[in-house]
Amino acid sequence: MNNIPLTIKETQDGLLKKEYSAVELVNGYLDKINKNKDLNGFLTLCENEAYSKAKNIDKLIATEDPNLVNDFPLLGATVGHKDLFLTKGVRTTAASKVLESYIPQYSGTAVLRMDKAGSIMLGKTNCDAWAHGASGENSDFGSTKNPWNKKYVPGGSSSGSAASVAAGLSLIATGTDTGGSIRQPANFCGIVGLKPTYGVVPRYGVIAMASSLDTVGSFGRSVSDVETVFNVIRGEDGFDSTVKNHSFLKPKDKMKIGIPKEYFVEGTDKEVAENVKKVSKVFEKAGIEVIEVSLPNTKYAISVYYIVQPAEVSSNLGRYDGIRFGNSRADFGSEAKRRIMLGTYVLSAGYYDAYYLKAQKVRSRLINDFDNVFDKVDAILAPVSPTPAFKLGEKKEDPLKMYLADIFTASANLAGIPGLAVPSGFNSEKLPLGFQILGPKFSEQILFKLGNLYEKETSFKPELPNL
Amino acid sequence: MVKLTKDDILHVAGLAKLEIDDSEIEKYSSQLSSVIGYFSELSEVDTKNVEPTSQTTGLENVYRQDEIKSENSFDQNESLSGSDNVHNGFFKVKAILEGRTDK
Repeated sequence: MNNIPLTIKETQDGLLKKEYSAVELVNGYLDKINKNKDLNGFLTLCENEAYSKAKNIDKLIATEDPNLVNDFPLLGATVGHKDLFLTKGVRTTAASKVLESYIPQYSGTAVLRMDKAGSIMLGKTNCDAWAHGASGENSDFGSTKNPWNKKYVPGGSSSGSAASVAAGLSLIATGTDTGGSIRQPANFCGIVGLKPTYGVVPRYGVIAMASSLDTVGSFGRSVSDVETVFNVIRGEDGFDSTVKNHSFLKPKDKMKIGIPKEYFVEGTDKEVAENVKKVSKVFEKAGIEVIEVSLPNTKYAISVYYIVQPAEVSSNLGRYDGIRFGNSRADFGSEAKRRIMLGTYVLSAGYYDAYYLKAQKVRSRLINDFDNVFDKVDAILAPVSPTPAFKLGEKKEDPLKMYLADIFTASANLAGIPGLAVPSGFNSEKLPLGFQILGPKFSEQILFKLGNLYEKETSFKPELPNL
Repeated sequence: MVKLTKDDILHVAGLAKLEIDDSEIEKYSSQLSSVIGYFSELSEVDTKNVEPTSQTTGLENVYRQDEIKSENSFDQNESLSGSDNVHNGFFKVKAILEGRTDK
């Protein structure tokens, strides 16, 4: 296959018109993955499973059933699952040596739902071990590279998912977002990523990081692809008891967007800031009112996040004892150890009130900031990260500097609200730029509408890096 | 400025059942001190009369029927499949009780 299709719709049109078979699609993707091993996007490939699924899809297509795409909204969509998603019979490592040879006995809800909707799993994607990181460099199996420039990080923690979709090694991919781990790598790799409202997509069968913040979402090359995946994976499953079937907010005819002034401060890269301003002009031209808003406690989000999150991490990683599965705790990498100790410290006797309880209270203030703003506007437009992708190694030895990369993403997790990262061009060094749209809880349809509108107004065409 | 000592690091590592060596003690005491020092900015925020947030769904006491469903259960072989340290259908673990010392 010379030109791989860039969206779900293109893929399905090609399959239904018999321009290629699903087996040929899998050939094409596996070939591309093998030619781009240096990106280190995949940790495990499942060729046999992929071909057997592709053959089933080719049989379905041969029936010429006109409802096929309705019945199987992900028909023929190749997917890489972040290696935090349990896949029955297929090794799942969380990119950690602790789970180096762990083969799950069951699959997670999102994996099962996508499989049932017709997707083809190509393999498991690299990430920061246990999803701890903003660069992909904390993987125990080597860093993933940014496909736009291999000297740069792809972002993290869902590094391999973002890099693989951006490079055309998979059509779509799954990810988890606890403090920005979908939106930030999507931003660094120039693709679309959705962090849903907390409690909308079941996390059953996904290795837990910080349970009051963890969300499950996806990557794609267009807003509509990410929306399609969201509609497949959302909703109660009877296992994740934080998930309820909610009714979603409907987009209004006349919408108003707020730009938080606290996101344009010292430390926000000039090209990043200018790009978001340019995006706001696109929305204004499309008839949407744009006003300045204030989220005054933004600067405290990192402190709150790096107390709450490691506290929950230390608890969740307590279960890895090397007895029933996995290796011993001696195999935890240095970032996992750092977070376990940080979390244990802030929860330990004598420090709980000063750190954990204080952070939980400031968390309420951050939520209150968002509530006030969403009284005035339908959505927030903001940068995803203060800078574009940074160089491999640049922040690796300085955890505090690395943690500050989460400044514009973590507050959405603390508040439980959804965020959609959308690409919007490149900087002077041809590194991707982009923006995020944040909305109140259950406003995913508003985010999709605005994202689609931006793509339409700018005649957006997905672009692949030259590899 | 918060400064975590060698003893602090060893105490926390012990609580978390992590084994760390001397070079790590130095690294972690400096890195964790800088991260925890950064948290001191939170003292600027007035949180008088502010309730803490532990989760964002507002859901409480979500129940389900306490029943066994075979499709959600593992048989013995599946349950043991994650470990090489098994014996006669059981997980093998190190002894946690030693010989009595009070005899």
